[in-house]
Amino acid sequence: MALLEVKDLRTSFRTEDGIVKAVDGVTFSVEKGQTLGIVGESGSGKSVTCLTIMGLNSRKSAISSGEALWKGKDLLTSKPSELRGIRGDEMSMIFQDPMTSLNPVHTIGKQLVEAVQLHRDVTTRVARARALELLKAVGIPKAEGRIDDYPHQFSGGMRQRVMIAMALINDPDLLIADEPTTALDVTTQAQILNLMKRLQNEFGSAIIMITHDLGVVAEVADDVVVMYAAEVVEQAKVSDLFNRPQHPYTWGLMGSLPRLEVDTERLVQIPGQPPSLLRPPSGCRFHPRCPYVMNVCRTEDPPLVPSERDATHLQACHLDQETKDREGSKLVEATLAGAG
Amino acid sequence: MRGDELLVVDGVKKYFPITRGIIFQKAIAQVQAVDGVSFSLRKGETLGIVGESGCGKSTLARCIVRLLDTTDGRITFEGRDITQLSRVAMRPIRREMTMIFQDPYASLNPRKRVGFIIGEPLEVHKLGTPAEVKTRVQELLEVVGLNPEHYNRFPHEFSGGQRQRIGVARALAVNPKLIVCDEPVSALDVSVQAQILNLLKDLQDDFGLTYVFIAHDLNVVRHISDRVMVMYLGQVSEVASRDQLYKEPKHPYTGALLSAVPIPNPELGRQRESIVLEGDVPSPVNPPSACRFHPRCPRFVEGHCDVEEPPLYPFGEGHVAKCHYPLERWPMTAAEMRRRTTTAREEPVEA
Repeated sequence: MALLEVKDLRTSFRTEDGIVKAVDGVTFSVEKGQTLGIVGESGSGKSVTCLTIMGLNSRKSAISSGEALWKGKDLLTSKPSELRGIRGDEMSMIFQDPMTSLNPVHTIGKQLVEAVQLHRDVTTRVARARALELLKAVGIPKAEGRIDDYPHQFSGGMRQRVMIAMALINDPDLLIADEPTTALDVTTQAQILNLMKRLQNEFGSAIIMITHDLGVVAEVADDVVVMYAAEVVEQAKVSDLFNRPQHPYTWGLMGSLPRLEVDTERLVQIPGQPPSLLRPPSGCRFHPRCPYVMNVCRTEDPPLVPSERDATHLQACHLDQETKDREGSKLVEATLAGAG
Repeated sequence: MRGDELLVVDGVKKYFPITRGIIFQKAIAQVQAVDGVSFSLRKGETLGIVGESGCGKSTLARCIVRLLDTTDGRITFEGRDITQLSRVAMRPIRREMTMIFQDPYASLNPRKRVGFIIGEPLEVHKLGTPAEVKTRVQELLEVVGLNPEHYNRFPHEFSGGQRQRIGVARALAVNPKLIVCDEPVSALDVSVQAQILNLLKDLQDDFGLTYVFIAHDLNVVRHISDRVMVMYLGQVSEVASRDQLYKEPKHPYTGALLSAVPIPNPELGRQRESIVLEGDVPSPVNPPSACRFHPRCPRFVEGHCDVEEPPLYPFGEGHVAKCHYPLERWPMTAAEMRRRTTTAREEPVEA
């Protein structure tokens, strides 16, 4: 049994302008010890997917349906008290902005101790020892001296390490990381990604890595979900996705990246803007920006189905397999040629 | 000095005082945000400036366009020293150099219409009658790929990428020679980022613009720049032509930056071992002695790097690096980087 199985998850928000379908039928599963990458641009629904799984959406405005089976138990129908028992213990989350996700008026030691004592009936002394152990594990220098410091005394990278320590303190089975390195410099990002990989080997947690950066996904993920306008457009093993991309949106994303290892005069750009989710386009949601658009795309929403070549490679596009293979490999060749 | 140099920055320093007291303020320390940066820029060229947050790249940008006064050094624009010019004397020069800002949400006045925002520089510089300004604004909207009929809309009616296009149109309005772009695409999604980068390149070709392009993303800088300058803690670590810098970096910091960029290719990315720097960027209030990179450098030599500040050693045409023990080749692994085979460089940079 998969650790987490998400089936046809849908989340909408009531807003002044109408109902916004932020997540519209997302299905994936995460196995023990694996890393799932979720890629997409802002507003594609990747963060909302994870907030829904964690039960962190506003109760007033969010409506969710579908299933999120955590070890066989549906999280969407669980009581808030049950969710509180799971969150931060079996399943924890790292947020994007380490500046705003720590409480500025408490020392990090106190915040870490609180995270332990919420789930374990242990003395403060034991919890503090555990906090110290984790601060050392995430590579905070002179952890003994820094445990009683306040968040503002730490740099961005160090704060993100504290967040990771807090997320891992109860040995979670699943760690959801929402753009954990986006606010950081490249050298710090490399430190944090290395740290997460090392800790995953040590603790054996599964990770869901939400990011807009295809480079980060390529380095850490085992499986990848590509989201566009609240839907999954492609889902595959990481090597399949990068070697045989099937969806025009994925091609666009890959082509629009300036790369260190490839010379390009002009970037392939995806024309237009991501659509508004208040009034998503008819048929395939990518059709107004798609260079390969056909008549059927405007009226029929393509289902997410296995590609003809590979049953584990899911894609949602009306194009025929030959065109996909040809265009996909053209793009991959173009990027590999420069990498020589 | 050759005649085609549009901008010459010579030994520019910008220190911000840290003060104590409310009425009787006295400076107790200084943040050395920019500490002796020199470079020159030819017409039609793009100089990319990269570095981590806090390395002084934005402060430098603001000094160049005189939004900040420099503490020391000289900025020469079209052969004229603009460092000490008064506000009034500066005004005509502001037509020649403009700026594009990072945050397309914060840099446009939410209460003004787009037509006014783009046309305001023209009014300030008294370039044309209201009717002429309107025609020019609509022309500009078209140039940056927006609908000229959106003249009367407010900034909130546009998406992030479109707002950045408005920022570009405003910078273009007065027909400048130099545009200083301070992280113009870092707040945008990748697909939209590509649109803006392509737009900036097209405009450069069409109008012969010169760019100073500041970014923390090495991929973006490589894409757009002719030459690249790497900054660390307020100083220049390395300057080279784009191909030189990315293919044969000499400074260990440049090497570490390059190896830290994730490669969007699972096979290449995972077989490569990135050189992970220890720790964080030190504080610019109290920077490390001699070479400022020495506490984090894998090639650090005790008694040399922390005692004697390296000059910018030359490495062929236009390529300089501030390191006593430059990299022998590239790419290299972390272990290879620690194993120095070069001896210390002796010859100083030629003036």
